[in-house]
Amino acid sequence: MSLKDNLINGTNFDPDSLNALQKVTLRAVVMSFLFFGLVAIEGMIMKLVVTGPSNPLPEMFSHPSHYFSIMTVHPIVGIFGSTYQLVFAAFMFLVPFLTKKPLYSVKLANAVWILITVGTALAWIAAFVWQYAPLYTLYWPLPADTEQFSAVGGVVFILGVALIMLGTFGFIYNIYATIFARVGVHKDKTTKELLISGFGIDGMLNLWHKLTGKPPYSKEPALALPVVAIFRGTVDTFLDAVVILSAGVLVLVYLLFDLAGSPLDVTVVDSLLYKNYFWWGLDLVADGLVLIYVAGSWYLLATLITGQKLFMENVARAALMLELLVSWMVWSHHLLADQGQPEMMKLISGEMVTAFELLTQGLALFITLVTLWKARPLKMTMELKYLLGGLVGFGLAVPAAIIQADMGMNRVLHNTQWIAMAHFHIALVVGLYMTLYSALYVLWPIVTNNTKMFSSKMSNIHYWMYLIGGIGLGAFGGMAGLDGMLRRHLYVNGEFNTLMILAAICGTMVVIAWFIFLLNIVLSVGIKGLIGIFMPAKDPTASYGIEPETVAENHKA
Amino acid sequence: MTFASSIELLKFHETAYTIYALMIISVIAWFGYNLTRENVKSIVRIPFYGYMAFLVAGGVGHHIFTYNAIPWVSQDITRHEIKPDQSYEFEIERHKWIGLPKQIVVQCGQTVKFDVHSRDLVYGFGLFRKDGTLVTQMQVNPGTDVNGILDSNDMLWTFNHNGVFDLTSTEYSGPAQYSEDGKKDLMLVKDFVKVVGCKDGGAK
Repeated sequence: MSLKDNLINGTNFDPDSLNALQKVTLRAVVMSFLFFGLVAIEGMIMKLVVTGPSNPLPEMFSHPSHYFSIMTVHPIVGIFGSTYQLVFAAFMFLVPFLTKKPLYSVKLANAVWILITVGTALAWIAAFVWQYAPLYTLYWPLPADTEQFSAVGGVVFILGVALIMLGTFGFIYNIYATIFARVGVHKDKTTKELLISGFGIDGMLNLWHKLTGKPPYSKEPALALPVVAIFRGTVDTFLDAVVILSAGVLVLVYLLFDLAGSPLDVTVVDSLLYKNYFWWGLDLVADGLVLIYVAGSWYLLATLITGQKLFMENVARAALMLELLVSWMVWSHHLLADQGQPEMMKLISGEMVTAFELLTQGLALFITLVTLWKARPLKMTMELKYLLGGLVGFGLAVPAAIIQADMGMNRVLHNTQWIAMAHFHIALVVGLYMTLYSALYVLWPIVTNNTKMFSSKMSNIHYWMYLIGGIGLGAFGGMAGLDGMLRRHLYVNGEFNTLMILAAICGTMVVIAWFIFLLNIVLSVGIKGLIGIFMPAKDPTASYGIEPETVAENHKA
Repeated sequence: MTFASSIELLKFHETAYTIYALMIISVIAWFGYNLTRENVKSIVRIPFYGYMAFLVAGGVGHHIFTYNAIPWVSQDITRHEIKPDQSYEFEIERHKWIGLPKQIVVQCGQTVKFDVHSRDLVYGFGLFRKDGTLVTQMQVNPGTDVNGILDSNDMLWTFNHNGVFDLTSTEYSGPAQYSEDGKKDLMLVKDFVKVVGCKDGGAK
């Protein structure tokens, strides 16, 4: 088969053989990776600007209104357009797969990816056309500052974010409606039993019973551990959506009054209180759902890859509950440089509770590694490689943040590139995406009905370029942070240019890796197949019949 | 161990974190290699609860270490009980510093109080060395109390090394902080603080 044939027809991909659940999953995956490309290019533009005056970009990219509008949409496209889409798609497939029940609504799942895609596009347009640039932090009253920003641009931006949040609510409803549906294996379960399992209380009770010498509370918990993680993480996803949406409504009201010619008084809203509220919600993404979803994904991948039960499963269940509580109480680490923030909140929420994330994430890492170790020898498949890459990513990123969540360190690291690059870029680019790539490789044969990947060589090149580029990007950026480079500041005179050139080289590796990955996928499914994914499914089935246990068979050495 | 300046702390931090990063990458690489091999014996057996205890000790111990090794932590917590050697109070409005002295001259070892008020947006207050490294910083939030008096954003800092430091905002407050071509930070105040009287290695 020639390259041209592959480009048009793929390997053996047949979109007509896919059921409704498979198609809706793939639609969101396609959009997610397109947005990933956009976010990677945006990141590269910003990196090139800060390499100094000799950068090859047109001068307009160095203009503050242009530069900061890119910086404003970069996380919106990255977190919501790409990551949320991919995670939501994976979970709306996995929950039916793991619970052996149909998804509550395929229509709703379709609405989710469309809402998030349109919302992300609107936010991007607001920044591109009107250069609305209050950054994702939306520190009050900057988003309502119509002396610096266009009110129309602001309205479009907020509408975009609101659509994303509506899509998020759609995902949440679909997940819980599927979990609580009393059909199939859950036909005889009560809502109470499902709730107890969803919150990991059965895991805690099992531990307690073991300690007190009683028989186990529940030999077979109602929900599989990865579903518990999805259940738990989705609580944070909901709270986070409520906070972001309500902050958006506040900004929208101010902008609409401004457009109507009777602007409201921005000082009515206390800026520090707003910061607390906003960070509480926003931190539920970073320290809540990401960490919980990731822990759940590791557990799922480890059990699917090894075909064995998870090591210390009851502890893992109980720890997910602890992670949920921890995620609600850590937001003050974002406010350690705010002198008006009460010291006790800095100390307890900002330092002590935040340090617990070292424990919960360390626990997830340990349990995953031991589960893999106990099943050796294993084949070094792509999914296993990516999983290990994901573990490295979080192994690097979480301590980097814990170090900064300290009143002494924060004084010299707050708002520097340290937290932006050594922490959350490594966490997202390496930790989260490597985990998601692992899930993608595990689910690929299931979601595409055993479509052959075009080239394993391209998969390997993607893996190494992405891993090295991602870590390098974070490392060199982090070093610039230690040298005093701020994260929300414009440097066009080459102030940190050696480190930024090195970071840009690594960033380029990530972009090239993404292109190779995308090409590999396109050559596997073909352009016809890609179009076919977006055509209505002939088979309306909203579940997938394959047993999770059979997936493990492919990984035994 | 005590860090007299932020530069010493950052150097220590860079070394410690680099060692850790190389270690975690090596451990996972070694682990991955051995996952594919048969009959591999564990070099060390890591007890589960021992590992947990290590993480707890690491998380809590880190803060205990910094509290004792970084002098500005306790100084910050108890700053309302400390009488500074010098005090400066100024404002920011529309990306401009208001009431800012041209230069502050500080004798080695003196503790200075900076109290900054914002009349509109969230800004930052950051002092930088000439090589761009950060001396110290804080956020500057706008707002007033019930009597309409601007909220305080105050910080104490003890200067233990000679140097001339620049001031700028460390928080993004919109593109108006810069000239249109982005080449000039309009909030940058060169040579804002001058510290004199310290020996070469720091302190009097």
